[in-house]
Amino acid sequence: MLELRAIDAAYGHIQALRQVSLRVDRGEIVTLIGANGAGKTTTLMAISGLVPPCRGEILFEGRPVGGLPPEALVRLGICQVPEGRHVFPDLTVAENLDMGAFLRRDRRQVAADREHLYNLFPVLKQRRHQPGGTLSGGEQQMLAISRALMTRPRLLLLDEPSMGLAPLMTRHLFEIIIKINKEQQRTILLVEQNANLALQVADRGYVLENGRIVMHDTAAALRRNPDIQKAYLGI
Amino acid sequence: MEYFFELLFSGLTRGSIYALIALGYTMVYGIIGLINFAHGEMYMIGAFTALIVSSVLTIYGLPLPAILVLTALAAAVWAGAYGFTVERLAYRPLRNAPRLAPLISAIGMSIFLQNYVLLAQTPDFVPFPTLIPEFAFLEPYGGIVGSSDLVILAVSTLVMAALTLLIKYTRIGKAMRATAQDQKMALLVGINVDRIISLTFVVGSALAAIGGLLIASHIGQINFAIGFLAGIKAFTAAVLGGIGSIPGAVLGSFVLGLTEAFATGYVSSDYEDVFAFSLLVLILIFRPAGLLGKAAVEKV
Repeated sequence: MLELRAIDAAYGHIQALRQVSLRVDRGEIVTLIGANGAGKTTTLMAISGLVPPCRGEILFEGRPVGGLPPEALVRLGICQVPEGRHVFPDLTVAENLDMGAFLRRDRRQVAADREHLYNLFPVLKQRRHQPGGTLSGGEQQMLAISRALMTRPRLLLLDEPSMGLAPLMTRHLFEIIIKINKEQQRTILLVEQNANLALQVADRGYVLENGRIVMHDTAAALRRNPDIQKAYLGI
Repeated sequence: MEYFFELLFSGLTRGSIYALIALGYTMVYGIIGLINFAHGEMYMIGAFTALIVSSVLTIYGLPLPAILVLTALAAAVWAGAYGFTVERLAYRPLRNAPRLAPLISAIGMSIFLQNYVLLAQTPDFVPFPTLIPEFAFLEPYGGIVGSSDLVILAVSTLVMAALTLLIKYTRIGKAMRATAQDQKMALLVGINVDRIISLTFVVGSALAAIGGLLIASHIGQINFAIGFLAGIKAFTAAVLGGIGSIPGAVLGSFVLGLTEAFATGYVSSDYEDVFAFSLLVLILIFRPAGLLGKAAVEKV
């Protein structure tokens, strides 16, 4: 579904990604793990079109999409929930969801999707007239994910969804992520600091170090790998 | 008492004109953090466009209300086109430059547009026709409130109400707020941020042009430099209310207009601008974020 072929990306003169290649197949959860500053967020930003790659190719469903504006990528079905959630603080919960549906014209279907999300996250329905900035961290993460789902993504990019959340909330969130993947058939590329958790839900994983992919395997194999255990799983 | 009401209406009229201009400053600041110093020129260009269009329409002998409406539309559209072009040429290429660069570019645009109108039109003051009809029912109150005061108040209230509805309830209005709050996230949900910024400039310029038309008809003459003082005053009003805040801009404008009217009426008209800017200094000392502004929090 998504394929990155030898991507280089840079911020000014600082090169953040070198020759990154990875593949996400339909229906999978693929995780990208690595230390701070390894280039995980940059990889997602390159896919979303915010940091266009300076070399290499990005293919989505077989067609090259590198260099397309973010708007076009959302239209094609790639949507990202960025690190730190980025809920629009002064828009209400309902308005935040409206922004997820910004590009959609199928009003009736939009309303149905919104109801579906309200059922999935009843707390959002309760707070639909409240500004997004007044929600708790966990609620904001639910809102951010719901807003992304309103775009009807075929590929959902999640950047550090567990960041700043209590352990109980994190577990709940990951159950929902699995549900989104299994029940709604959405493919997910998951960037996660908490490698342990990420490798439990993912089918496959890539390890990023200093802007390079240094390893990739099935999640189960990565979990058993002694190097990974030492470096990322704290075993 | 009659004098008091006369000053009150004069203050409200001034305030509503300031508000029409201040909205453009505050909207642009809210969305890209730029003080658009060329904004006063949109008001001036609106007034000149109105002069030209209304003169042509008068030749064709249209009734006064029709002239007023068509002229307002033409001025709004034309100034909107200027606003769009200025943003494209002078600000967009500097979007990621240090903050000082677009500010200097804005001042340059302001000087350029003034001189362009000076050369293309005239360096002199030119008379502006009265586009606002005299209402007979206002005659007994002639000393207190004129027809043009009333029309200015009504038109600006209407325009501001329309803007509020646009921003609060429409898809585009929500996208404007979303872009102002978090530009990166706006991109990630598929909002074309460039288009939203262009639209903000167009709407702001159109409002200023309507302000320019109304005040020109009220005062009766215009020249190429009228945008400067009006722009500075409206900017003051926007800062007074809290730059970036739309209700703030409206409130700040009325506070400024009323202060000027009462101060000139009861103290001295020689010090009109002194009162305006003293008020600004006072507000900035005691409420640096403005009346309705939020205290700025540095994002990390």
